[in-house]
Amino acid sequence: MAEIRYTKDHEWVRLEEDGTATVGITDHAQEALGDIVFVELPATDRTVVEGESVAVVESVKAASDIYAPLAGKVVEINDLLTEDPSLVNRDPEDEAWFFRMELDDADAFESLMDEDAYKQFLETL
Amino acid sequence: MDQHAATPPVTPEPLSRTPLHALHLELGGRMVPFAGYEMPVQYPAGIMTEHTHVRSACGLFDVSHMGQISLRHRSGSLHDAALALERLVPADIVALKPGRQRYALFTTPDGGISDDLMVAAEADQLFLVVNAGPKLADLAHLQQHLGAECEIALLADRALLALQGPGAEAALAALAPEVAAMRFMDFRRVSIDGQDCTVSRSGYTGEDGFEIGLPSAAAESIARRLLAQPGVLPIGLGARDSLRLEAGLCLYGSDLDTGTSPVEAALEWAIQKSRRFGGARGDGFIGAQRILTELENGAARRRVGLRPDGRAPLRAGAPLFLPDDPATPVGHVTSGAFGPTLQAPVAMGYVETALAQPGTVLLSELRGRPVSVTVSPTPFVPPTYKR
Repeated sequence: MAEIRYTKDHEWVRLEEDGTATVGITDHAQEALGDIVFVELPATDRTVVEGESVAVVESVKAASDIYAPLAGKVVEINDLLTEDPSLVNRDPEDEAWFFRMELDDADAFESLMDEDAYKQFLETL
Repeated sequence: MDQHAATPPVTPEPLSRTPLHALHLELGGRMVPFAGYEMPVQYPAGIMTEHTHVRSACGLFDVSHMGQISLRHRSGSLHDAALALERLVPADIVALKPGRQRYALFTTPDGGISDDLMVAAEADQLFLVVNAGPKLADLAHLQQHLGAECEIALLADRALLALQGPGAEAALAALAPEVAAMRFMDFRRVSIDGQDCTVSRSGYTGEDGFEIGLPSAAAESIARRLLAQPGVLPIGLGARDSLRLEAGLCLYGSDLDTGTSPVEAALEWAIQKSRRFGGARGDGFIGAQRILTELENGAARRRVGLRPDGRAPLRAGAPLFLPDDPATPVGHVTSGAFGPTLQAPVAMGYVETALAQPGTVLLSELRGRPVSVTVSPTPFVPPTYKR
């Protein structure tokens, strides 16, 4: 089973068997954002550094950045979100993934929070 | 996930609470600071559901943070009170009959707007509803100019509810049957559960509905009775903002401010004939020189409705350009959001008057990319007032 890690920006990162990483936002994030009406995704082949703003979600009230959790290159985006942004509210941690990336440094994945650490982090908020 | 729009400024002082604070928490309201108050931005249903529910059924809003002010001339005459208030607003208050309400603006010496408000006439006094942010400044302004001849009181022990939507009449009539006979902008005193309430048939959503002023001590029990009526849901400030924007209604502090004149704001309809040059009581209000001159000659810029292409909302502050000159701004957005009824982004803003014609295509910028924007008539969603 693929391993999932989390960031303090409330993104999840799933390491796939082919070594790419799938990125989305957590249920906590979609809940905090409220009704999402628009998602802007990065261009495929875009090279990103860790922490760089790569996507934007617009809720009814506000725009929020989605950051690259790790350095690498965007290799695929989820076009479903462009057609149906509310999918992020309905299924944030599975169908509503944002993009897949090739990681510059696969070991960096280990530096992200595991599920227990993320749950602990949520409790400090 | 940093939110970088529409977050209200942090208030250094402790936040005030309305008499419905405990009820908001019980209903799962997400509380945010707004104009010095802790207010629900949404309930668990979410802004989109709350918005569409008001358009299709009925919503109850707590707007107790707004200022309710009574204005009474020491002579006891409504006419004298109306004449006094007309020195501060360009609306015809003298012609306002007891039992009727009208939209008005407080103007500044250089023709700007220091707040917008509702003015209702009763038998012997005026009743004002002003915005939460400027309410203490409004009170000081009234005291300064009218205090010598009028008794002016901020009704701090009263709450204000708004009941809006096609189901509002049935819901409120269940508690006070006489409200069913009221028409848009009627105002009257009504007894609900033995409490002295003010009811106006008006609101801030473009829907039929009521605003109900009532004693703070009775606010929670009457709010619960209204929420118990079929189809009534609590609605937060988030949906209030998207509803008013679809209805083309201005938000003070965003679309109107002291740097904006009534003519620039396309609010000429709030200046009746009697208050214009040649009118019976023209020229007698603060800032009249600039405002009445602009009424005759027009202003250099004008508030317009805007429809951005695509689905991404344009937010306040976004610049507007001519399509062939993306270097020189010709205006900017003052309010913008996603319109749940239209399922499309809507906005309003100011543009050079020559570009204010509906159908004019402009360009804005969203995260560094151009977005086409069409000047559009407002309201975006037709109102359903009971006239």
